[in-house]
Amino acid sequence: MGERGTSHSVTVEVNGEKVSRIVAARQLLVHFLRDTLGLTGTHIGCDTGNCGACSVIVDGKLVKSCMILAPQADGATIETVESLAQDGALSPLQESFHEHHGLQCGYCTPGMLMSATYLLRQNPEPTDEEIRRGIRGNVCRCTGYVNIVEAIREASRGQATERRSVQATAGEEV
Amino acid sequence: MTITSAPVTGEATKTWSGRAMPRKEDWRLVQGQGSFVDDGGMYGQGYAWFVRSPYGHARIVSIDCEPALSMDGVYTVLTGEEAKAMCEAPFFAIAPPPGSLMQEWPLAVGKVRYQGDAVAVVLADSRETARDAAERIVVEYEPLPAVTEGVAAADPTAPLLYDEAGTNVVWHGVFDYGDVDWALENADHVVKLDRLHFHRFSSTPLECNGAVVDFDHGTGMVSVLSNYQMPMFAAMVIGPTIGVPMNKFNFVTKDIGGAFGLKIGFYPQIAALALLSKKAGRPAKWTEFRTEHMLTAGHGNERTFIDIEVPVMADGTILGVKARAFDDAGAYLHYEPLGAVIWSQVVPGCYKLKHVRVDYTEVVSNKCPVTPNRGYSRMQHLWMIERIVDVVAHELGLDPVEVRKRNYVQPEDYPYETPNGCIYDSGDLPRSLDIALELAHVDEWRARQRELGTGSGRRIGIGIGSTLDSGTNNFGQSRIINPELPFSGNGEVAIAKLDLFGEINVNLGTTPQGQGHETTASQVAADILGVTPDDVTVSTGFNQANNAYVGFSGTYASQFAVTGLCAVMGAAQKLRHQIVKLAAFALHADEDEIELAGGVARVRGDEERAIPFIGLANMVYTNNAGLPAELLNECDLNARYAYVPPFEVPDTVAKTGNLTLTYASQVHVCVVEIDEETGEVKILDYAAVDDCGKRINPLVVEGQVHGATGLGIAASLYESLDYDESGQLEEPSFYEYHVATSLDIPNIVCGDIESPSPFTPNGAKGMGEGGGAPLHAVCSAIQDAIGAGGPIVTDSHNHWARVYEMLQRAPGAPRGVEVISRSAGSDTGATSL
Ligand code: FES
Ligand code: FES
Repeated sequence: MGERGTSHSVTVEVNGEKVSRIVAARQLLVHFLRDTLGLTGTHIGCDTGNCGACSVIVDGKLVKSCMILAPQADGATIETVESLAQDGALSPLQESFHEHHGLQCGYCTPGMLMSATYLLRQNPEPTDEEIRRGIRGNVCRCTGYVNIVEAIREASRGQATERRSVQATAGEEV
Repeated sequence: MTITSAPVTGEATKTWSGRAMPRKEDWRLVQGQGSFVDDGGMYGQGYAWFVRSPYGHARIVSIDCEPALSMDGVYTVLTGEEAKAMCEAPFFAIAPPPGSLMQEWPLAVGKVRYQGDAVAVVLADSRETARDAAERIVVEYEPLPAVTEGVAAADPTAPLLYDEAGTNVVWHGVFDYGDVDWALENADHVVKLDRLHFHRFSSTPLECNGAVVDFDHGTGMVSVLSNYQMPMFAAMVIGPTIGVPMNKFNFVTKDIGGAFGLKIGFYPQIAALALLSKKAGRPAKWTEFRTEHMLTAGHGNERTFIDIEVPVMADGTILGVKARAFDDAGAYLHYEPLGAVIWSQVVPGCYKLKHVRVDYTEVVSNKCPVTPNRGYSRMQHLWMIERIVDVVAHELGLDPVEVRKRNYVQPEDYPYETPNGCIYDSGDLPRSLDIALELAHVDEWRARQRELGTGSGRRIGIGIGSTLDSGTNNFGQSRIINPELPFSGNGEVAIAKLDLFGEINVNLGTTPQGQGHETTASQVAADILGVTPDDVTVSTGFNQANNAYVGFSGTYASQFAVTGLCAVMGAAQKLRHQIVKLAAFALHADEDEIELAGGVARVRGDEERAIPFIGLANMVYTNNAGLPAELLNECDLNARYAYVPPFEVPDTVAKTGNLTLTYASQVHVCVVEIDEETGEVKILDYAAVDDCGKRINPLVVEGQVHGATGLGIAASLYESLDYDESGQLEEPSFYEYHVATSLDIPNIVCGDIESPSPFTPNGAKGMGEGGGAPLHAVCSAIQDAIGAGGPIVTDSHNHWARVYEMLQRAPGAPRGVEVISRSAGSDTGATSL
């Protein structure tokens, strides 16, 4: 029973928790997350690396988890959609997707949110053009992308306002 | 035990319907907590993998399963012949002969008819083992000549897919309304087009198909956990084949990752999995992968129109159209040939065409079977009508805006009866067009277009797409195809329930795939029961065990706002009636004194006399001694309501009748820029004006408009499914298919007007499919950019190479159009037509 072929031990930190598993050499990272760890928030939409439904953040970089093998991720720190909400509170991006109807079927959403999270870390105040470039690897078949772009834009504005007010307050204090 | 918590917290005074409320289902979906089909499973399941044909057309000589069966971890293999032996009959055929002779079984028997046709299915202890085992199965094929073009397939000399049918023609019929010959004789101009081709594409939901099926030998129950979008249709089609009665199925859906009609097509896989599970004695789980989806899950209908003749008066009044249509259904008839009649819901399009004759032929070919795809069958016809209107304007030198406005059904014409007896309920097309033109800044772009002139290497084009999104089918139209069919009308069911602790629950027969049913159903129920939408729980997806279904249940064909929400309305009103009755009894008041507010029933004007819903539930479920039997009989707090729209059976000989209850309309305006050097088309401005009657949740409606527009633009410029002559699909993955990304779809500006439907209890119209308006608008914009005297845009798909070819086509080369004008002298008074 079980997987045939060679096996590897994989140790990763997923959403702040260290896990070790023995997996088949050929197991994709996305199957490791979904099937082995039960983190089914990360989805699969294609087999050519075109759709981004499987996007996660590995060691700070945005990665399509269907495009690497689980053993290749050994030692890595992985963030999936399950890490975004903290203590029952949605992240500003999650909140904004909800407010601006940035999702319909919700199947692309986890990957989209991870790409957007990565984008805003790199570029906290992207233009619409930059947002569109940032999510070009994530296919959505439901929304025509309109409200996704809006949701990311509004989340970035919200965060920017917050940041500015924090900076302003800090400035006053100095 | 103390029971104190009142589950309902609502504000009584608000009205929730009509509000742009963010959706309730988002909470789980943004956290990755949705429950999609591959996320779940059943105890002891094996993993299924289909063995599929690499050929477009071939005879199956032999299948050797031994190499797979001898592998460790393989439970079993089921071949086509074996599956057939386990069946009682082929799948139910919608078509009369010869279409009914084109039989289909759960797996291919004797021959394969398209690339990807399934010849066997493996069950193993892991997905990887199943896949490896499938590769080890040796199938010997004898390749046969293929036919991959619709018009050619109808030719008696074409290779036959089904020898037993003796033809590739599934169904043929003439739809003849008014007197088109007379119109052609008496018109000032006749515009003739040789050929218009609506291409094959698919809206490819991001989640592929999937199912976990268990055949329980003990009870005979077949449990199907899947993302199938019209469950009882599947049950009705496969039940008689695999010998399972309706009450032995339990279809369940949960979250569905998009469907667009395409998830109606995979019932053969469900049947094969049921037999596989029966053979193996354990559940079978199958998750389709993308290439498998592209090859086999179903494509949208491809339709070729030839010999098109359009009678037009000098002032631009279009009298009608005459054409021959060939619909290519692909290799098997999944839901087909319903497409051969469904287009006739919109015979004259948005216009007052009076004389229409369409000679309609549907064929099979060696391609993937077609399946309903967003805009199903109507958009192909509407596209043809829009091309005609556009070409008429261009060829006669008339303003495309004016020609549309002159020919539109006018606001004062509603309810408007079409030549085939359909009733357009309401709308204001001229105003929709004006708003769309303004939103797309057409005046500015016209000025820019003039400025650019020739020699800049760039061209600007402005296009219009007017369309209808007909919703709530009268299934009686299927009898126009086959008078023997036992179908007519439509319907949907909802159950509203007050649960033991006073919780409000709604169960539906629908299978939402992003349309926000949990939210909109809550809004409707909340208004009726005096609570907030958060106080209403709407069960996710479909569950046959809930008993909230009719045969038509599901989510497809633009109907939820009418069928689904009117069912919710009816169920909630029934429940309200029971609550009021119980409260009147408990509070010693008259029923008309009772009001519901915030989860409490109280006496109007005397708020001290009140009983919370939990108290009423207690009276019925757990504390009912001494209550009058009459009251308990009437008030079980479990209100099931079936909404049935008012329909008659159509006239199957004349092919007339009211085929659809509502007609939402959309007018799109698109501005493109074409690079003459490359043929590349860039969208500069895009506006869509939607009129779907009363909107229950404008946010959801706008999302649907965006989505349909995005998919239409994608199809018009990027996405096409093409086969070579041997039947090989050229775009079997997202990579080749160039699935549209955020860089391909422009910002879409939306406008709306609300013309309530007089025919629905809530004034709403079904919407969501969108009627393919972007295909119309983009073609029209490219036509405008090409300009007078250039070739006619004859294909719905216009990727850069095709546009480049049109720009390069030599002056004097065939343009695909001809205008025959009667000289003024021979005018016999045709203008009075
Ligand atoms: S599943 Fe990874 S890119 Fe599509
Ligand atoms: S919301 Fe369905 S694919 Fe994006």
